[in-house]
Amino acid sequence: MSKISLILQREYLSRVKDKTFILTTLLTPLLFVGFIAGATYLSIAGKEKVSVAVADTQNYFHSGIKSDGDVEFSFPQQVDTANFMSKGYTALLIVPASNNKQGEYTIVSKKSLGMMTMGKIENSVNAALENRMLLQAGVQREKLDSIHNAARISSLKAVLKQGNNSGESNQGLAYGIGYGSGILIYLTMLLYGMMLMRGVMEEKTNRIAEVVVSSVKPFELMLGKIIGIGAVGLTQFLMWGILIIGLSALATSFVPHETLQQVQTLQQNGGVMPGGGMMQASEKAQAIYKLKHNLSTANWPLIIGCFIFYFLGGYLFYASLFAAVGSVTEDIQGSRSLTVPVTMPIIFSFIVMTNAVQVPDSPVAIWASIIPFSSPMVMMARIAYGVPGTVTYVQLISSILLLVASFLFTTWMAGKIYRTGILMYGKKITWGEMMKWAFKRA
Amino acid sequence: MALLELQGLKKYYATQKAVDDISFSIEQGSIFGLLGPNGAGKTTLLRMITGIFYPDEGKILFNGQPFNAASDARYIGYMPEERGLYKKMKIGEQALYLAQLKGLSKAEAMEKIKYWFRRLEMESWWNKKVEDLSKGMSQKLQFVTTVLHEPKLVILDEPFSGLDPVNAGLIKDEIFNLAKQGATIIFSTHRMEQVEEICDKIVLVNLGKKILDGGVNQIKQQFKENKFHLQLGSAVQTPQHAAFTAKAVSPKQLEVSISDGYKSNDVLQYFIQQDITIESFHEILPSLNDIFIREVEGTKAITRAFQPVQ
Repeated sequence: MSKISLILQREYLSRVKDKTFILTTLLTPLLFVGFIAGATYLSIAGKEKVSVAVADTQNYFHSGIKSDGDVEFSFPQQVDTANFMSKGYTALLIVPASNNKQGEYTIVSKKSLGMMTMGKIENSVNAALENRMLLQAGVQREKLDSIHNAARISSLKAVLKQGNNSGESNQGLAYGIGYGSGILIYLTMLLYGMMLMRGVMEEKTNRIAEVVVSSVKPFELMLGKIIGIGAVGLTQFLMWGILIIGLSALATSFVPHETLQQVQTLQQNGGVMPGGGMMQASEKAQAIYKLKHNLSTANWPLIIGCFIFYFLGGYLFYASLFAAVGSVTEDIQGSRSLTVPVTMPIIFSFIVMTNAVQVPDSPVAIWASIIPFSSPMVMMARIAYGVPGTVTYVQLISSILLLVASFLFTTWMAGKIYRTGILMYGKKITWGEMMKWAFKRA
Repeated sequence: MALLELQGLKKYYATQKAVDDISFSIEQGSIFGLLGPNGAGKTTLLRMITGIFYPDEGKILFNGQPFNAASDARYIGYMPEERGLYKKMKIGEQALYLAQLKGLSKAEAMEKIKYWFRRLEMESWWNKKVEDLSKGMSQKLQFVTTVLHEPKLVILDEPFSGLDPVNAGLIKDEIFNLAKQGATIIFSTHRMEQVEEICDKIVLVNLGKKILDGGVNQIKQQFKENKFHLQLGSAVQTPQHAAFTAKAVSPKQLEVSISDGYKSNDVLQYFIQQDITIESFHEILPSLNDIFIREVEGTKAITRAFQPVQ
């Protein structure tokens, strides 16, 4: 036992002390934030500005097509397909000559316009047409708008009835949690699985394996490596957790004090400000309250607990297989054909997960969340939708037990492959041979 | 007392009998040569002795007790033929790690590492990485990590490969030293001149079977062919005699094989009668190399041999 802990320590420390580990741990959240910010910026900056000249010879619209953001409509005199460019317009919209103006509109431009822009032009023209028709029918636009607004419910709140407990549920949040944890497990399983495989391969190609297994059992060496690298993964999650909490605390410190006070009052009074309309909470306070309220609807201890379990379970399930593959290969090239059968189920479960996060009740999702090779990702996708509402206790417990049993089995099997493979050189091993080693006696 | 005793050890693989009923014993404090061509089963045998493999059949007694890999690993130092170190790890940490894996406490290990590093002038290496060492240097480090925990049984598989004569001499001295202090050494190689120089006793294996077992001199005696070397005072014609057949090496030197039923004195008598001065007369013992080649040749075991399990 103490030897496993020695191996574990070496594996853990040599990786955690490594500069790349520290950098990736610190930079990944920043990169993530940067990526979102960058994508947002690009989507804003990348919009095209379009000025459209409208050839409305009968003056049907009375210059009444409203500009929409980057699409600007103007109604100049004497504009046609020949001169709109020289007058400085990007495009020319030709209104048909028919009486009800519902015929074919034509847009003429030098470059083809983007899909978004075309959609905006179409919407603006539709709105203008509707306005004209309402006017002709004697309906005021403003009147209609106020009726529209009055007839809209403020929100649809979902409440789950489970026995005597009823709790608010939040589909958006569940989706986010499910998808996020699914992706995290997917990435880490591949990342740490491959890391383990390389570690095993390194020991084999450096020819240290035989030196070490003359002191410890091969199984102990494999187990020490698996646990050590798993601990590296947990450390990374822990540091990310701390980083996220730290960053959000930092963000909160930039929020003005009175806003925070308002948020607190909102929290105490269940979302409404006391004293009727006398005191209005600011928009910011409302937003923060909403965010906090939404986050509080999730069962965090359960989700975090399950996340750690499924990360470890999934990691242990696949890691031992990766270790087995690493033990029979001497170079990355040669390992490729052997890793495919291990990575395929991971990728497959990822696809099922993206589906399960939308339809957590589908039979595929339910079965995939119980079957061990896909359960880590798929169960995490479903669990945020609620236990025992969406995921029944039977499903959760059988999924957990099956995963535990399976990783014990794969570890045992991998141990036997590893024991033989790690000391074998200069021979190309197939999955068939590995299976033979795994199931032969002694 | 025998430190290690093997009794009827067998290990069969799917395609070959790697070790097929081998027994021998090794006295404490001796330097024991395990010889055999490539693929003879030496490595498999050593892996069973170190507890890496379990024998299919047979018994290993270590210090009189049945061998237990988990508890006896502490008393064995194994330097395999396929050896190496963690390339990215610092040398000091590496030695410490390997010693701790053998069951030494950190303090104990540090003390021993300091002793050996000083002894082999490796003190300045502590913070270097293995990838910065030359092959010879890393061999030296490998040797130190093998003997650091003062094993009762040191197993060295081709320990001199990759070492220059100076370092090879250094390691050889350390091997003698260890034996003097009571350690038992198994030395596996197919370099016969090293065996003659170092080993007290040898075992020759081929095709998984033991062919020879005994002291180096005893085996040489066993394989002698009654050949003698004669240095004469004057040049002679190659003589013809019933007692021996002679072959001229040079005009004044003869190699004689004594025929069955005759003794060396018959040869001497002939030359004395002829009044030819005999300057020297000594027996030619076969070298281990000759014995090795003679015993192994014809079995087609120079490369890894495959034979079906019956």
